[in-house]
Parts: sequence; structure tokens; C-alpha cells
Amino acid sequence: MKKYFIKKVLIYILTFFFAVTIDWAIPRFMPGNPINSLISRFSTLPESVKVLQSYFTQSFGLDKPLWEQYLNFWKALFKGDLGISIYLYPQPVTKIILRALPYSLIVLLPAVLLSFAIGNRLGAFVARKRKLDNIALPIFYTLTSSPYFWLGIILAWIFGVVIPLFPIAGAYNFGMIPSLSWEFIFDFLYHWFLPFGSLFLVLLGSWAIGMRNMIIYELEANYSRYLEALGASQRLIRRYAYRNAILPQVTGLAIQIGTVVAGSITTEIVFSYPGIGYILVQSIMNQDYFLIQGCFLFIIFGVLLSNLLVDIFYVVIDPRIRKTYSGEV
Amino acid sequence: MIKVSEIVLSVKDLKIYYSTLYGYVKAVDGVSFEVKRGEILGIAGESGCGKSTLGNGLILLKPPMKYIGGEAILDGKNVMTLSQKELKKIRYEKISIIPQFAMDAMNPTKKIKHIINDILNEHGENFERKKDIIKERLEIVNLERKVLDMYPIELSGGMKQRMVMVISSLMNPDVLIADEITSALDVSSQRSVIQMLHEMREREVIGSLIFITHDLSVLYQIADKVLILYAGKVAENSPVEEIIKNPLHPYTKMLLSSLPKIGVRYVQIKLKGIPGYPPGLLNIKEGCRFRFRCPYRFEKCEQDPPLIDVDGRKVSCWLFERGDKS
Amino acid sequence: MNQKEFLHFFVKNKKVVFAICVYIVLITLAIIGPYISPYKDPLEFVGPGYQPPCKEYWLGTNTFGQDIFTQLVYGLRSSLLVGLSGGTLATVLGLFIGFVAGYKGGWFDEILMMFTNILLVIPTLALLIIIAAYLPYRGIFIESLIIGFTGWPWIARAVRSQTLSLKTREFVDLARITARGPIKIIFGEIMPNMMSYVFMVFIIEFGVAIHSATGLDFIGLGPTRGISLGIMLQQATLWNAIQLGMWWWIITPGAIITLMVATLYVMNAGLDEVFNPKLREM
Repeated sequence: MKKYFIKKVLIYILTFFFAVTIDWAIPRFMPGNPINSLISRFSTLPESVKVLQSYFTQSFGLDKPLWEQYLNFWKALFKGDLGISIYLYPQPVTKIILRALPYSLIVLLPAVLLSFAIGNRLGAFVARKRKLDNIALPIFYTLTSSPYFWLGIILAWIFGVVIPLFPIAGAYNFGMIPSLSWEFIFDFLYHWFLPFGSLFLVLLGSWAIGMRNMIIYELEANYSRYLEALGASQRLIRRYAYRNAILPQVTGLAIQIGTVVAGSITTEIVFSYPGIGYILVQSIMNQDYFLIQGCFLFIIFGVLLSNLLVDIFYVVIDPRIRKTYSGEV
Repeated sequence: MIKVSEIVLSVKDLKIYYSTLYGYVKAVDGVSFEVKRGEILGIAGESGCGKSTLGNGLILLKPPMKYIGGEAILDGKNVMTLSQKELKKIRYEKISIIPQFAMDAMNPTKKIKHIINDILNEHGENFERKKDIIKERLEIVNLERKVLDMYPIELSGGMKQRMVMVISSLMNPDVLIADEITSALDVSSQRSVIQMLHEMREREVIGSLIFITHDLSVLYQIADKVLILYAGKVAENSPVEEIIKNPLHPYTKMLLSSLPKIGVRYVQIKLKGIPGYPPGLLNIKEGCRFRFRCPYRFEKCEQDPPLIDVDGRKVSCWLFERGDKS
Repeated sequence: MNQKEFLHFFVKNKKVVFAICVYIVLITLAIIGPYISPYKDPLEFVGPGYQPPCKEYWLGTNTFGQDIFTQLVYGLRSSLLVGLSGGTLATVLGLFIGFVAGYKGGWFDEILMMFTNILLVIPTLALLIIIAAYLPYRGIFIESLIIGFTGWPWIARAVRSQTLSLKTREFVDLARITARGPIKIIFGEIMPNMMSYVFMVFIIEFGVAIHSATGLDFIGLGPTRGISLGIMLQQATLWNAIQLGMWWWIITPGAIITLMVATLYVMNAGLDEVFNPKLREM
């Protein structure tokens, strides 16, 4: 058991290292000079431009040799300092990201968890009756094949424009100030619903299809036949099948995390929802080195952490893994 | 001690075919036999003769297997035509099976005691009430009590099989079907399993046993009566002593003579097999199915031979039509 | 199973037939669409903007007065191309790496798999964004390349496990015993049995590539010139097509993408039935 985990954690650390390096390196090879865009915002006299250029280059450490920049990056990382944003100067990157993080999480987490819980049940249910299967399956296929953001667009159009039920921009009304009042909470939920809904629906489709296939496979397994031969009710057989079919779905969850995060980035754009994805795209357009770096770091770290959590969870629920690795077999 | 008396299972002219793209594979084509309480009936034959289809079809008929005709009377009812609800009542309680895939038969993610409890619950019992009986049975099959707390993956193949034997016979079924349960075992394990089954019969844990195998030597150790199947039809049905001493059907004769004998060195004499292959059963036509390999073949063999009674034994061969044994 | 059986099941399978028909229609549209459309340049300003579908503009026009039908058929071409080439590249890479890892085993396997697992965990879109943002000029070719180079890890994993299971099968041992050279074993025994699996993997990757390309285009990291379905959606979003109720602009590109990907999944489900007798309906 320990060996299994040590190996996993090692890989994750290695991955983090590798990812951080890419994360640091690539923005630096982007074309264009971010300092210039920063300076242009201050619209100063041409003589001062040169002075400002050297000032900012120095203060951002962009004049140092690359290897030194790399080492400084790691040092700062451990201190939790991700630098100062260029495009939102002088706000520190960490602050910007931490402000945006809750918005991303509050859309992502419920969407992933709820769609997993409900989608799997739906998939198992649909596998039972042929007629239901024939109707529901195309729906699920359509849902899972839709680009996340396109479903967001459609939902925004139907429920935001045609039947104006929900707002389609921002996390809350611009006039409001975030507080814990009921008024704000309702407004927040109103804004939250459509972005959440588009992620939820697409994911729902994929879980349902996956589960349906797994259930069919389990229902054909030898242990299912044995149960049936011994007079077990369909209910018991289905219960056993569901329990066994969920396991590969949990593995699938781990694999999907990366894709879902990508999906939420694009969905945030559609709804101008101020999460990390939204910030990331803004930073790309403005060539903000540090903000891009910071966003990626968070995304990658989040994905790695979720993968690790899912791995732990999987070991807990699948006795075969536990028994194999404890050497009791 | 063993009362061999009333008939528990009566099979008449049972037909089970496989529905395939190209037509029907007539796997069980008019098979008839009876099983009495306390009796062990061995069903033997080559691969593909229909014995597994028969054994499984009696308890669980799943597509592509299709019930075509005939009857299998258990407890006064034809089990082939019962509704799902009625089937659930007789399965496990009146008729049970130790499947061929016994190694895989238990859900890998549940502890064995939970699996047993769940199955018992389906029949109005529970683990607690049956605890002592379960412990008794575990002793018969030589398993420790602690296996109940384990997951199937922690048991060896042989242990899993013995566990399944215990589970399958827990409700004392009238008929227990054992489908090729010794085929994957070595000779000494085979012997233990056979002894366990004998003991189960002694203690009336099981009412009667249908033992399916392709291995004739095993049959001799366990069966009271033997049913030889060939290509989906009954070739011969006799008590085991008589079939060994005096086989009637040409197929049985050749089968037995193809067995190596103990103490004989096959230097001068060659070990003879049966030349040829069993016929394909897809859309097979009329006529004795063994006739292509039979040394005694004659014109009458082009018609399906009936099951002829010869001194209480049953043979399906035209040679015995007038009651002579040539 | 032999050729004849395969063809028989293939042709009879409803899902496969449906998928093939849809793709024939789509490909035909992509090929002849630009010729039958009254306008030759998708980026040309052909008339008044904001027009709903009508006789002159079959799918209406967008904010700038560009014909949506023309954009659609050109965009369809682009999406099909990127999906096909990106998907093929990823499949070939994954096939090669996965196979070598599975067949050779040992250190090769450990290192390759470690590398694969690392890349697997990093969200593909994140990788794509980083790489795409770096490039000063982007075309369809480059886009396919980067999608191909980032899409292979899951394929390598899948191919590797297939290889592992095939490697220990009896017919391979038999071939080894009869002293067939390794190349002959690989191409003669193992490959043919994997082909059906690899083909199905390719179909999924085709769909994934289409989605990746669309996502990239939508964020603005797609081809710097030209049109694609993702770019159409990006423009629609940027120019408030939603608020303006220009349904002809927002529905069609996305619907085509959904159709393309869904059909691929259906094709896969159908192929599964063809290759796996247990799933077939009798």
C-alpha cells in the first residue's frame, strides 16, 4: 500500500516540476514586449519611455539571465509570491488569482460532483429498458459531444434572451457589492446558474453514457449470471453491477478533470464570469507574463491535487487494490 | 442410509437450440432422462455434445439459448415454461448449480459473508440464522471459518470453487447441478471434491446431483447412473457398473475402449481413439448422429433412432430394435 | 473473424451505417459547398449585416455582413482537416509509443509511461494555450501539429495495455516458439489483432481533435487567418450575437461540431458491436 502511494506521489511531484518549468518558460518566448504595453497605459512623454522601460524591466527582473530568472521563480514560488501583474499593475498576481479562484470553484465543483452522482444513476437506469435506452442515448450523446462553451451560448440565448430568465454576464449585478445578504446571494445564484448548467449538462451526458456501457458489461459478468441462477432479484444484481461499474467511472473522473477545467475556461469567457479562466484569457491578450504563469500554476496544481484525491478515494472503494498491494494475495 | 426413491426431476424430449445468424444450432435435441432422490446422475460426452447447455438450460435459460420444446418437470411443474417470478422461487431452493466458472462466480468487491447474506436474503433467510449450518458445510469442504471475512480475490482457485460449492448447496436443493467442476483440477483435488459431494449426499444436504463432465474416469468414482450424450442426443443411459462392464451403444463402447487401461503398456497394442469428429449441429438433419463414425452402421441409421429400453437401461441405437445386443 | 463476417456485420449495423451516411453528407458539403455557394470568399462583406436566413443569404449574415453559409462550409473544411490530421498524428504517435512500451517492457516501459503519465495529467487545453500563444503565426497545419503532439498520451496508455494483453496470448507464444522473427510477430500476429482497437481509438481522437481545435479557435488562438467553426463562434460571442438574438449565427457552427463529434461516438459504439459479438442484438 505504501509503495503504491509513494510511487504515485513521486510521479505527481515530478509532473509538478515539469509543468512548472514549462509554465515558466513558455510565456517568456511569447512575441512582443509586455513592458511596452504597460508603459503605453501611462501615456508619458517619449523621453521618459526609455527610463520607464529600464525601470520596469529591472523591477520585474526581466534583465537578468534566464537561469537566474528560473531560480528566482522557484524561490518566490515557495514564498507564495507569484509576482506583480503587468496588465493589472500594481496588483500582486497571487491576490488576483485568489480573488478569481472561488468563482471558478463554485461553478466547477458542484457541476462535477452533481453530474457524476446524477449522471451515473441515469446511465444505470437507462440501461435497463430498451425503449428508454433508444430515446435517452441520443440525448446523452448530443450533450457530451457539445463543446462546453457552445452549450453555454445556447443556454444563454434561450434562457437569457429568448426567455429572459437569467442574466448572461458577470457573477453578480454590477451595481451590487458582495455581501452575505439574501439579496446578494440570490443575485449571485442567478448569475451562477447558467455557467454551472452548461458544464453540468455536458458532463452529465458523458457520465451517463459511460455508466450505461459499464453496467451492461457488469450485467453480463459471470458473477451476475451466478446470482441470477441462484434466484436473485434483478434489484440485487443491478445493485452489485452498479457498485462494480462505478469503479472505472471514478478512474474516468480523474482523467476528465483536465478536460473539464479546459471547458470551464471557455465557459467563463461566454458568461464573462470572473474565474481563473477569464483572467487567463485576459492575461494572454495583454501579454502579462506573471499572470499567465500564475494562472497556469494554479490550474496545474489544482488538477494534480484532484487527481491525487481521486486516487486515494479509489483505493478506499476498491478492495481489490487494497488487497493486492497489501500482499495478502 | 440413502433412500433412492421418488423421481425429483423428469426430463422428456427436451429441446434447446442456439439461435444464430445462420440458423439453429440444435445443441439439445430431444433429451429424456429421470433423476431420483438421493441419486447421482453423471452426464458425459465430448465437447459440444450439449451437456453444458443442458445443465445450464435447466436452471438459467439465456439468449442465444432458446427453449424449443419438451419438458423438465421439477416439483410438479415444467421449469422451462415458468414465469420469472416462479423461477425465482425454485432456483436455489429446489434446483441449484455449481457453475463451470466457479472461480469467477463471486462478486470480487464484496466480502464472502456479505455475498452469502445477500443471496440468503433473496430467499427469506439471513446469514445469522444459517451461521451454524454454514460452519458445518465449510468443514465438509475443508475451508476455515475466516474465509467468510475475506474477499474472493484473497482465495486460491480451488478454495473459491469449494466456497461456491458451499454457497450453491446452502438451501439443500432437491437437485444440484455440477457443471464440469473437476475439469480444471489435478487428480487428488478431483478426489477430494468427489468425496465432498458424496458426503453432502450422505448428509442429505443435497437431494440429488447431476454431475456433468467429459472425463469418464471421474464419472466412475461418483455417479450411480450415467447418461451419455452425443451431438445433442442421448446415446445411452445406464447404471454406472453396467455401462463399464457392458456398454451397449457403439459410441460408449468406443469411448471406453479408448481409455488407457492401468497396467497395460501400449507398445504392441496401439491406443485407439474414435476416428472422425462429431457432426456440426447447425441445421443438422435427421438420422442417427453417430452414424458417420459408427462401425456398425446400416440403412436404418438414416432415421432418428428412438430410445429403446434394454433390461431397464436405455439405448438410442437401431441395433437394439428387436431387443438383441449385437 | 474473417473478412466476410466482418463486412456482413459492418454493413448491417445501424449505428455504423448512420455514421457513414452523416459523414458522406458532411464531406460532400465541405467539398462542394464552396462551389455551390453564391459567394466565394467567406470573409467578403457581401451585404447588410444582421440578416436572418433568406433567399440571398441561406444562413443569414453576421454583424459585418459576411455570409454565414459560406463561412460554414469553409469552416467545415477547416474543422474536418484539423480533426483528421491532428487526430492521425496523435494516433500514430500514441500507437508507436504505447506499442514500444508494451512490447519491450522493462526500463523502456517505465520511462515512457512516466513521461506519458506526466503529460496525461496536464490539462490539454492548458498545454495548447501555452504553445499556441507562443507562435507568431498560426495556420491549420500548425494547429494540427500541436493538437497531435499533445493528444497522444491517452492513446499510448490504451495501446500499451492492449499490447500487454496480446503479448501474453498463446498465438504469440506459438509464433515465438516457431522462431518467427520479431518483426514478423509484430506485424503478422499482434498488429492485425490490434487494428480494430486502434481504429476505434482513432475515431475518438478525431472527435477530441475537433473539440480541441474548436476550443483553441474560440479563445482566439486558432489560425490567424481564415475561418473555422470555432472562430465563427468566437466572433458571435464577441459581437453580442446572443444578446442580439442572431440565432442563425450562434446555433449552426456549434450544431455542426456537435453533430460531427456525436456521430463519431455513435460510429464507435457501432464498431464495438461489430467486433464484440456479445453486444450484438440477435
